[in-house]
Amino acid sequence: MSSVRTAPRASSRAHPRPRRLGPGDRLFLTVVVGIPLLALLVFVWLPALASIGLSFTSWDGLTLSDLHWVGLENYRQIFTDYPPFWPAVTHNVIWLLFTALLPTPFGVFLAYQLDRKIRFTRVYQTAIFIPMVLSLAVVGLIWDIIYNPDYGLLNGVISTVSSGHPIDWLGDPNLNLWAVLVASGWRHTGYIMILYLAGLKGFDPALKEAAALDGANGRQTFMKVVLPAMKPVNIIILVVTVMESLRAFDIVYVLGGGTGSKPGMELLSLLISDNITGESSHIGYGSALAVILLLVSLAAIGTFLFQTFRKEDQ
Amino acid sequence: MTATATPPVRRSRTPLTSTARSPRGPKRQSGRHIMLGSIALLWLVPLLWAVYTSLRPYSDTTKHGYLSWPRSISLQNFSDAWSQSGMPHFFWNSVLITVPAVLGTLLFASAVAFFVSRFDFRWNIVLLMLFTAGNLLPAQVLITPLYKLYLLIPLPSWMSDSLLVYNSLWGIIFIHIAYQCGFCTFVLSNYMKTIPKEISEAALVDGAPVWRQFFQIVVPLCRPAFAALATLESIWIYNDFFWSLTLIQTGDKRPITSALANLQGQYFTNPNLIAAGALMTAIPTLLVYFALQRQFISGLTIGSSKG
Repeated sequence: MSSVRTAPRASSRAHPRPRRLGPGDRLFLTVVVGIPLLALLVFVWLPALASIGLSFTSWDGLTLSDLHWVGLENYRQIFTDYPPFWPAVTHNVIWLLFTALLPTPFGVFLAYQLDRKIRFTRVYQTAIFIPMVLSLAVVGLIWDIIYNPDYGLLNGVISTVSSGHPIDWLGDPNLNLWAVLVASGWRHTGYIMILYLAGLKGFDPALKEAAALDGANGRQTFMKVVLPAMKPVNIIILVVTVMESLRAFDIVYVLGGGTGSKPGMELLSLLISDNITGESSHIGYGSALAVILLLVSLAAIGTFLFQTFRKEDQ
Repeated sequence: MTATATPPVRRSRTPLTSTARSPRGPKRQSGRHIMLGSIALLWLVPLLWAVYTSLRPYSDTTKHGYLSWPRSISLQNFSDAWSQSGMPHFFWNSVLITVPAVLGTLLFASAVAFFVSRFDFRWNIVLLMLFTAGNLLPAQVLITPLYKLYLLIPLPSWMSDSLLVYNSLWGIIFIHIAYQCGFCTFVLSNYMKTIPKEISEAALVDGAPVWRQFFQIVVPLCRPAFAALATLESIWIYNDFFWSLTLIQTGDKRPITSALANLQGQYFTNPNLIAAGALMTAIPTLLVYFALQRQFISGLTIGSSKG
């Protein structure tokens, strides 16, 4: 780590002078790399590791003397004795399946349709992508105006067709998760579309033409030629979908009224914040939930790192 | 980087294929326009509905219902939301957080990227992975210890009137920089690898110190990547909701996005005002997006198109 790569032999200079870093250079590099590294370690990695440590303790979060080692007790309680846990896991799985099966393929489909020379393609792309530019806090309020049982657009439209009780889209525990998923999918589709469009730009059009000459129709060309060739982008999109499904928080928080988890809409991320804020904070409990979330995310993070750094090793 | 090289090839070829298919061409295209047009319109409905609601006076909507033709249209809701709820103050908080956070992130991320891409130290791949993976950790995993940590770190009184990192704008700036550096480092190091090593090595041979290589040679060459990342990060950091919700206690220090949830119910007592407030919060991001659309999209896709 002390030597810099020497200048290549084929340098235009007659006598390249491979040079060690001087003291000033070292000081500069230490400062500009040290500060962000320190910030990263202290504000990101230390808390992540501390979450793991705290998950084996019982703590009300007030004084350090109240911190007790309880081993796996938090995990045991969460798995067996914490009513919202399994609904939250189920909802996270539903979230992931819904996002992976509807908005993600739809985004890919739109990207494939828009990746050709047609008029207004920019207009279409912009319209579908706009939700992604909005803050989730804003997205929450926009959908609140649609879902509201008294004045919402949805019930307004329904009541013109049929009469009956107004539907409480966000209050009914059987409906609210799906209502939120529609709002989330509205945002996710544009994201996937843009990511896939960028991937398709790097796709060799000659392959598509060869498939067309061989008599393949549009669907066959996509399934048999484009999709396999886009494997790296497919993996990125899969990782993005998994990560977004695990991180889902803001939109549920806002549409749930800003008070934490609500029946029918429990998610792991919301249970974590339920347990660390509020009157009685259960730090150990919240941390154990965070570790469960972390373990699931690590699978996605690992896939992403493997995919992106594999090339660099070669 | 293949992404930038291929489009010209395709452009020269597409006319050939479309003429070859000309008998069926026009019919299929119009079908596609109908489909794409209706999807695009459907996607805009929630936004357009919010615009429509925000333009109508509350008295009009209570009398005739929300799903009705407008009797009058005005910007009254916007000016009410602006003046009654202290929105200018929260917008200012957003500026105070977003500007330093974006500049800090870009400065530090470019330094780390410069370090890992220019010098062949053995552990620079580990460093790069540490930064990249840090950005992928879910924020909820960090929040409990981070919250406690913020209550322990003191700040001088001129920086924070709580004397802590907790409940100060600085705390939000710090976590944004630490968290976002990962993504920017990843993108910038990929970008810097495309700059020929000879350029900075020539400077090295001339005896220029490393800081001059960095600020006078590498940073100016990365201008397109900086433009893309600055656009993207401004929108992301402005839009963030989670950090300021959990790490700021008092409402008056929150940026506009997390303040919005409190304003709803407290000041924004009817849907028309809520719509106006939400749309005003969205205006800065929409302006940045429309002005710098190309940069925004290339920033978003730069990380994934590499694969």
